[in-house]
This record gives sequence, structure tokens and C-alpha cells, in this order.
Amino acid sequence: MADQPKNINDFVNREYPYGFKTDIEVAKMVKGLSADTIRMISRHKREPQFVLDFRLRAFEQWKKMKEPHWAHVDYPPLDYQEIIYYSEPKQARRNPKSLDEVDPELRRTYDRLGIPLVEQKHLSGVAVDAIFDSISVATTFKQRLRDAGVIFCSFSEAICEYPDLIKKYMGSVVPPTDNFFAALNAAVFTDGSFVYVPKNTRCPMELSSYFRINTERSGQFERTLIVCEENSYVSYLEGCTAPRFDTHQLHAAVVELVALDDAEIKYSTVQNWYAGDPKTGRGGIFNFVTKRGKCLGKNSKISWTQVETGSAITWKYPSCLLLGDHSVGEFYSVAMTTGYQQADTGTKMIHVGKNTRSTIISKGISAGHSNGNYRGLVQIAKSAVGARNYTQCDSLLIGSQCHANTFPTMDIQNAASQVEHEASTSKVSDDQLFYFRQRGISTENAMASIIGGFCKAVFRELPGEFAVEAARLLELKLEGSVG
Amino acid sequence: MLSIRHLSCRVGSRDILKGISLEVRAGEIHAIMGPNGSGKSTLAKVLAGEPHIEVTDGEVIFQGKNLLEMEPEDRALGGIFMAFQYPVEIPGVNNASFLRMAFNAKRKAKGETEVDPLEFEEILRAKMKRVDIPEDFLDRAVNYGFSGGEKKRNEILQMAVLEPVLAILDETDSGLDIDALRTVAGGMNALRQPQNAMILITHYQRILDYVEPDYVHILLDGRIVHSGDKSLPLELEKKGYEWILDNGRDVSTRD
Repeated sequence: MADQPKNINDFVNREYPYGFKTDIEVAKMVKGLSADTIRMISRHKREPQFVLDFRLRAFEQWKKMKEPHWAHVDYPPLDYQEIIYYSEPKQARRNPKSLDEVDPELRRTYDRLGIPLVEQKHLSGVAVDAIFDSISVATTFKQRLRDAGVIFCSFSEAICEYPDLIKKYMGSVVPPTDNFFAALNAAVFTDGSFVYVPKNTRCPMELSSYFRINTERSGQFERTLIVCEENSYVSYLEGCTAPRFDTHQLHAAVVELVALDDAEIKYSTVQNWYAGDPKTGRGGIFNFVTKRGKCLGKNSKISWTQVETGSAITWKYPSCLLLGDHSVGEFYSVAMTTGYQQADTGTKMIHVGKNTRSTIISKGISAGHSNGNYRGLVQIAKSAVGARNYTQCDSLLIGSQCHANTFPTMDIQNAASQVEHEASTSKVSDDQLFYFRQRGISTENAMASIIGGFCKAVFRELPGEFAVEAARLLELKLEGSVG
Repeated sequence: MLSIRHLSCRVGSRDILKGISLEVRAGEIHAIMGPNGSGKSTLAKVLAGEPHIEVTDGEVIFQGKNLLEMEPEDRALGGIFMAFQYPVEIPGVNNASFLRMAFNAKRKAKGETEVDPLEFEEILRAKMKRVDIPEDFLDRAVNYGFSGGEKKRNEILQMAVLEPVLAILDETDSGLDIDALRTVAGGMNALRQPQNAMILITHYQRILDYVEPDYVHILLDGRIVHSGDKSLPLELEKKGYEWILDNGRDVSTRD
């Protein structure tokens, strides 16, 4: 039966289900980057002067920086004059007052992606901010959250509505000088989400942002900021997809999290950007992202959970700066590469406060001709007396033409701390699949079971239904491009 | 039940089986013996549908169906079970869940409802007792870190749970100490029912003391060169395979 995959090599060419393009008129800027481009973006978004200044300063920095190529991924230097820096659907209203104002074509797009932009009862557990190219097109449940004191809106809206908070926190975790892509983002960032949870508040719903890049050759420069005041809690999830194009698109995001005393932020990502053609490696997103959380307060906690399945190239290290005493940082990651994907991802745990703790669980799955790398830094400062870190780093190889590497670094400055590192590498073989099949279990179920077992420790960190979704995503993905 | 006719196959460019014919009826146990490299394991695998083996000639009819056209999982669901000579390790997949998955796949194929973990545990515990398997087998990953003997016992446990119509045991007795051998033989005998059959591939006479075969076949260089009853292995033990070669006559097609 030709339509049933029999072994690993038969898992080829399943279509990327989100590869469609929305046929919608967009107002885009001409490609290319200059101070004028930046001024145009800022003016178009009606930003206050301090934001424009922030952008222009970052641009000056960026011009002095060099595109980094230390990661274990391979691509020719990008031409930043060939990128479109701003694109928005013509019909979209800036900050629509009600969901009825959302363009029906956009609504249909999000329906197709499985993210209906409605405030129905059965969806009442999750509020969505939908970002299409350079702008947020809708945010659901804003009012209900506002009633609880929680601000959840697009970053652009926050700049206009809450300039004091933006002034205080923007760039406070990832300064524009941090790295090349962070500087680029600071200069040209367009939209993203803003979350503010006041003191003693537990955010009543899951928050989520859904990022979609629709326009060919456009870049997406998302900027997200989440601030949790004392003794508050929020769980946030982001998802991402893009149409199938032969050209690469750049997604250079900056995400900053700030947790004050006893606050907790749980940040989850299900990243499924278009990964390029699985047979030729043509096209796909370059996902060059800087994500960092600052545990500023004592007993604060920041937890990153990521399921990375998409993008042609991923360069991403969600990190925690553990400043407050007894603060906790966590990183749970499943990174799957198939086809010709390349990923260099991991985390940094920087321990500064006393008795700070961090946990790193990284699961890399490589298949096809792909290349998956874990890169991690555990740094324990002199001041971080009693700090503890536990790292577990596992790789699973599927087929014989993929690669997996780990690059762990530890920098321990005091003797009163404890660091553990465990690592393993295993392989899914045709023999294993045959064993399942001889017991009457289909190849699909066999693969799902092996992958599910491997990723269990990470999936259980995802909020509710997303764990199931993530498991399903990996299965689809594997059917798609293992070969 | 199983009818193998002139079966030839190869792995890569090497011809392994060169025209095997064998009739297995319900209730029978057939032992297949032969030196290393004679094609015993390949015979087991080709019946189970191992994808790397290429059938070049012949046919296999199992319960009226053309076996060679069936996918491995469909053969399994149809009642064929192979105990692997080298059971593969599957880290991360819990042994009990694996067994339940296989058990439920079979139930589903028969149009029966699937059982939940609690119901299954009851079924499983009864089987484990019967084949003398320690409890901790359930909490471990499939064959992962198992000793050679534990892996073989686990195969027998799976067989007991899946209750196959035709069990093919590929050197399940190899490398077992005497206690494990008894356990494994006990599992085989438990499956011995008038409606079931078994093909027992072995190097040694030893297992045949516990599981008495109806027929014994000698496989040499991809052909069945001699068939006899349970006395054959004893003779073989005394005289070695050379004796067969000297008296070699093809008796593989029985009517």
C-alpha cells in the first residue's frame, strides 16, 4: 500500500497544513532599511517621541554590529535592504474597538488556523491577540481581563495607552545593544503583545498571541513585554505559522518578561513557522529571536516551555536572569527538526541571587537531513550562594542523515552551589518500528508513542489542551518530513 | 493453517531462502533447526513481514489469505506473533502501555471495545502470574536495559497477552539459564491449544525436552533438507549436521 508509510523513509512530503496565503490587500512599505524607514514606521504608528528615539538609538547601534554566525547553523549573510519592514492589511482598523470590526477575510484566515477570533463560551479559557504581518488585528476578552485589572493588548496600543509602563520596562531585560538581532528589532519592531498583571492578581484566563506572517519577503519584528507585579501570576502562550514561500522571511523577535516579588510567569511557545521545502530546503522562516526573563523580585519564578517544530533556521535561547533571592528559572524544550531545518536553541540561566534554582530539560528530535543543536549556559555568580541547577539534555535521532549536537557551558563562581548535567542520545530505528508493527501497532502510532515518551517531561508543562495539540503537531510534522 | 510453497527470498543481493515448502496445521508444533546462516531467522522474519526481506518466489497462505501481500501489522492482527531473537529496546515507552496498545489494536481489529488501563492491568497481572514475570516489568520501558533473559521473558509475556493463532519463536531459548528456560517453555505450552500452532526455531535439543514438537525440520543453506519427528534432534545431537548432508534428501514437501 503506497499511501501508508511503512518505515522511516516513507514519512515524506506531508503538506505543511498552514502554508496557505490569505488573499488580502496589504499596505506595505517599500523594502529596505534606513532611518527614514524607521521614522515612517514610528509616524504611521503615531508613537510618542521617546519610542522613536529608542528606535533610532538602536539603529545607530545596529549599524555598528555584525550579523552573528557563531551558531551551528549555515546560511549566507542576509541582505537587509531586500526585506519589507512593514506590511498591514489595508482593511484592518488600528486597534478595533469590537471584534465585529475585524475584516471577514482575516477572520476566515484565523478560523482556518484553528484560532477563531470570537468570545464564545467554550473558548472562554483563552484570550487571543492575533498578529498579522506587522499589526495586531484583534484581541479577544480585553474587557473581561480589564475588569480583573489585567492589561492584555497589542504592543502598539500599549505604547499609546500605557507609555509610563513601556518607558519603564521596554529594553530593561533585553537592551537594544544586547545582540545584532535584538538591535534590529529595537529599531524596526512592529507589533507584539503587552501584558501587565497588577499586584496580588492571578490572571483569570490563559493569554495567547498568534503570529502570522502573510506577505512574501516581509519580515516580522515582534516585540512582546510581560510584567507581573508582586504576588501575581500569568500563563501566556504564543503560536506562529506562515505561508509557503520559496523565499526566506525573517522573524526577529524580542520578548521581555519581568517578575517582581513572589510573581510567576509561565511562557509557552508552540512554534510552527513554515520550515521550507522538506525535499530541497528552499524557503522557510529564519527565526532569530531573543527571549529573556528577569526574576527581579525574591521568590519570583519564570518558566519557559517551548515546542519548536517550524522555521528553516531557529536561533533562540529563552533565558532567565535570576536576580531575586530564592527565584526560580525553568526551561522545558522540545525542538524538532526535519527536512533541511537547522536549529541552534537552548537557554541561559544566570544565577545572581542567593539560593536561586534553575531546571533545564531539553529534548531535541532530529530527522531527515536536519541539524539540531542544544546550546546552554549555566552561570553562577559569586553572590549566588546556595544556587542549584539541574540540566537534562536528550537527543533523539530519526534516520541516519540527521545531526544532533549539544554545547553546554557552565561558569561557576562560588563553591556553595550545585550543578548537575545529564545527557543522552538515542535513535529511532526501522527495527523499533517493525517491532511495534509486529505487535499490530501502526507505524504512525509507533512513532507517536516513541516521540510522546521522549517528550513527556516537557509536554506536561504545557497548559491543558495545548499539551495534546503539541503532541499532535509533532506527529503531523514527522509524517511530513522524515526521510 | 499455514501453507508455505516454494518460498524464496533475499536480503540485499544475497539469496537466503531457496524454495521452502512447509505445511503447518492447527494444533501442531514445528521445530526448525539448522546451523548458523542457514536461513532460520529469515524464515521467521519473512513470515512476520520484515520490510528488508525481498520475496523472489513462492507463496504463503495463512488461514486462506495471501500472507505476503499483507502489511506486518495486519499479519499481527490476523494472529501471527513473532518472538524476536533480539528484542529491540524502546526507551521512553512504558512496557505496560506498549502491551495495552498492542492488546487494544487487536481488540479494535476484531471489532471489540478497547480496554482502559485499569481493566488491562487485571488482565495483565493474571498473565504475568502464569508466565512468572516480576511486577517491575510493567514500570520499565520496553526491553530498555533488560538483560538477555528478561527480554526473552518479555516476549513470552507479550505472546501470552496477545494469544496468537500462530506463534513463531526465533531462538527464544538461546542464552537462557535453566529457570528462564522453564518459564519460557511454560509460556509456550500454555499457548498450546488445538486451534493454535507454533513454529519453534532453535539451535538446541534442550527446549524440545519441555516443548515437544510434532515435526522437526532441518534447514540447510536455505532449503529444508530433512524432516522427521521429535527423535530427529537427538540423532542430530549425536551425529551433527554433516550426517544430514551425507544423507541429504529433500523431504520438505509433505502431503
